[in-house]
Amino acid sequence: MEYAIELKGISKQFGPLFANKNVSLQLKKGEILALLGENGSGKTTLMNMLSGIYMPDSGSIFIDGKKVSISSPEDSAKLGIGMVHQHFKLVERFTALDNIRIGLRDNKSLLLKKDTKDVVMKMAEKFGFDIDPDKLVSNMSVSEKQTLEILKVLCYGAKIIILDEPTAVLTVQEIDKLFKVLRKMKEEGHSIIIITHKLNEVMDISDRVTVLRHGEYIGTVVTSESTEKSLTELMVGRKIDLDIKCVPIEKTKPLLEIRGLTVKNDEGAIAVDHLDFYIRGGEMLGVAGIAGSGQKELCEAIAGLRPIVDGKIIHKGDNIVGLPPAKILEKGISMSFIPEDRLGMGLAPSLSITDNMILKNYGEHKGPFIDRKLAREEAKKVIERFKVVTPSTETPVRKLSGGNVQKVLLGREIKSGPNVLITAYPVRGLDINSSYMIYDILNEQKKKDVGILFIGEDIDVMMALCDKIMVICHGRLMGVVNSNHTTKEEIGLMMTGALDLVDRGGKTAGIAKDSEIAGNDKNETEDTGL
Amino acid sequence: MLDVITLFLFSIIVYNIPLLYGTTGEIMIEKSGSLNLGVEGTMAIGAVAGYLIGMRSGSLLVACLVSFAASGLVGLLFAFLTVTLQANQNVTGLTITTFGVAFYYFIGNAVSNSESKWPALGDSPLDKQFSPIEIPLLSKIPVIGKVLFSHTILIYLGVIIAILMWLYFKKTVPGLKLRAIGENPGAADSLGVNITLYKYIHIIIGSGIMGIGGLYMALNMGGTFEGSNCWINGYGWISIALVIFANWSPAKAILGTFVFGFFNTLRVQNAPLASAFPKTLGWLTKIPAQFFSALPFIITLIVLLISSVRKNNNSCEPSAIGRNYYREDR
Repeated sequence: MEYAIELKGISKQFGPLFANKNVSLQLKKGEILALLGENGSGKTTLMNMLSGIYMPDSGSIFIDGKKVSISSPEDSAKLGIGMVHQHFKLVERFTALDNIRIGLRDNKSLLLKKDTKDVVMKMAEKFGFDIDPDKLVSNMSVSEKQTLEILKVLCYGAKIIILDEPTAVLTVQEIDKLFKVLRKMKEEGHSIIIITHKLNEVMDISDRVTVLRHGEYIGTVVTSESTEKSLTELMVGRKIDLDIKCVPIEKTKPLLEIRGLTVKNDEGAIAVDHLDFYIRGGEMLGVAGIAGSGQKELCEAIAGLRPIVDGKIIHKGDNIVGLPPAKILEKGISMSFIPEDRLGMGLAPSLSITDNMILKNYGEHKGPFIDRKLAREEAKKVIERFKVVTPSTETPVRKLSGGNVQKVLLGREIKSGPNVLITAYPVRGLDINSSYMIYDILNEQKKKDVGILFIGEDIDVMMALCDKIMVICHGRLMGVVNSNHTTKEEIGLMMTGALDLVDRGGKTAGIAKDSEIAGNDKNETEDTGL
Repeated sequence: MLDVITLFLFSIIVYNIPLLYGTTGEIMIEKSGSLNLGVEGTMAIGAVAGYLIGMRSGSLLVACLVSFAASGLVGLLFAFLTVTLQANQNVTGLTITTFGVAFYYFIGNAVSNSESKWPALGDSPLDKQFSPIEIPLLSKIPVIGKVLFSHTILIYLGVIIAILMWLYFKKTVPGLKLRAIGENPGAADSLGVNITLYKYIHIIIGSGIMGIGGLYMALNMGGTFEGSNCWINGYGWISIALVIFANWSPAKAILGTFVFGFFNTLRVQNAPLASAFPKTLGWLTKIPAQFFSALPFIITLIVLLISSVRKNNNSCEPSAIGRNYYREDR
């Protein structure tokens, strides 16, 4: 049988590191192939060699049985390969139509053609896309942007479509919609490769699964003949306990209470809108919401990094609004935020682990000089306790792998012995092993009566790990649900704003019975979920 | 009295059109995502090369082409350093300014001290070709005719370049691709746009346009070389600020040139204005001349202050400006 794509013995090296080593892969015509692997297993690198971003060091690529050489994105497009990248390749300031126009090849004249719009709309109709061609990309939701990316490669005549972690940023409902489109494309005869590390999606959408581990080809299995457990073992290389534990702890009084919090984002628009919630000691509160629903602004407001427009932030009965970040730290409120690029916040990439330890508590040292010896001891402790893989305490943080960077960041925050821990996307981009390690660290903190605000992406994880989940949409509270009494679908609906549980049944979600805020005129019932 | 106003408006255009060349040239480069701070030096090299060879050949066309080519070469150097070798754009631009201005003095002094002496513009064939062209009918309109339609060829050319560039960005496929590179080179690259080629071409053309602006300054200043003062006289720097004022639109650059030109012209024309309107504008003569000389730079400062404080979403600054693009960067 002739394959749409066949890769034979592909290797790619970055410096001394093998990103791909002797990898083979076959994509049948009209099938959906899932490419599964942990982070850093070389999935994206492999696909980038098909899209012309990288050139393989050795090995050969066959398209429709013919040997080809892909040295640029242009070559790739001419061969009918279209890639939807994980980080969208869209020009924010252009309209949807202009974004498609950039790569159109049918245009011989210098002037922009008027009838491109009709061609694009016809294509959109064929696959059931809902898109406004004149809308600016900057005004689009993540889901709309992804639709545009897929439409774009279809307009360029791609027959082979590669999607790099397309579901990472979507809600449950949006994922369903995407999968419908993918199945439709399959019916139309397109061949699809989908990169992911979410097992339930692999089971749902793919015909076959190819597994990579540490850049090496492990094997290909037929989806219907495998289980999530068997796939995990292929991916990780050993048996692993997939259960995330939620440790029930006797809860204390509300540690941190937020009432009517309103915060603006950098552009001056309201990002957090009259938010009410509270965290008790020994409680982990998950925050679910589509990316950019005000999570970052919320974290920054609590940590004192962003001025608030309105509202109260009460910590153990004291209002901490307007306090400088250092004072808030002193009170035991610690924040670790892992941004999308993973290095942007909290750590100085070029400084060593030791120096990064000093950054947090240099104020505690006496005299004008810093105590490097003490800091080095602290760095050693963090490295030992969290099994950070590093040559030494003096290694610049940027040279560590993503998981280890995150362990250092979290380790430093925990070291200071906080009573409120705010952690945003702590497992962002981490593989299964490192993720579980982080969950364990958080549970350990919970046992010490620390109140934890866990801002996450993966609803499954939050439902397993957190005691309660607060859902926000465009910075507004949609409700707080008990993670034992909710469903993924319910949370998904709340994330898109389709379901609003606040004030339902006379309850006001997010306000504690035993609130320390005096003069509470709202209905003082604790939300226990539905 | 009408004459004074006519002369004032006329002067705005005559003295400030080099700003338009500098600004449109810089806009073209910045649209490709490169920030070239070497405008001053690029204009200086275009000016001295175009003037000297133009005087020898006696043709304004040759002078223009040489200016364009000389400055285009400087652009090629900038592109080679920043696009191919990935050097820091700010440092490269500043180096080009230092180099260009020094090149101007070096050549100027060398020619002045040589046996053939510095060629004087007066009554040369070049000077004759640089005389105003009155557009039939239009130039007969009172005030406006003199202000807008009785200029040298290079003034019309500057405006035409600005309008063509505006159309190029808005209506053509290469213009769209160029803007995409300035906004998100990764996106353009993934769609098969040849980033290196686009950057080279537009940096060279943009620099060439600046060169013609330099030549204009040389001719407008009478072509006399003074060892103490460069012809360009800071106009290159003002052009960079004007790009921000014009919000990266070549059409708005025309307007911006005249707004800046107004303050610039006050320096030369404040005395006639004061004597024509002694009651309302008599105070102009009480202001020291140095203040007027500094005025364009003060306005530049204010424009930059306002534009950074305002920070609205309407800013058309190319998102990827100043950062070099390397495909395999992760």
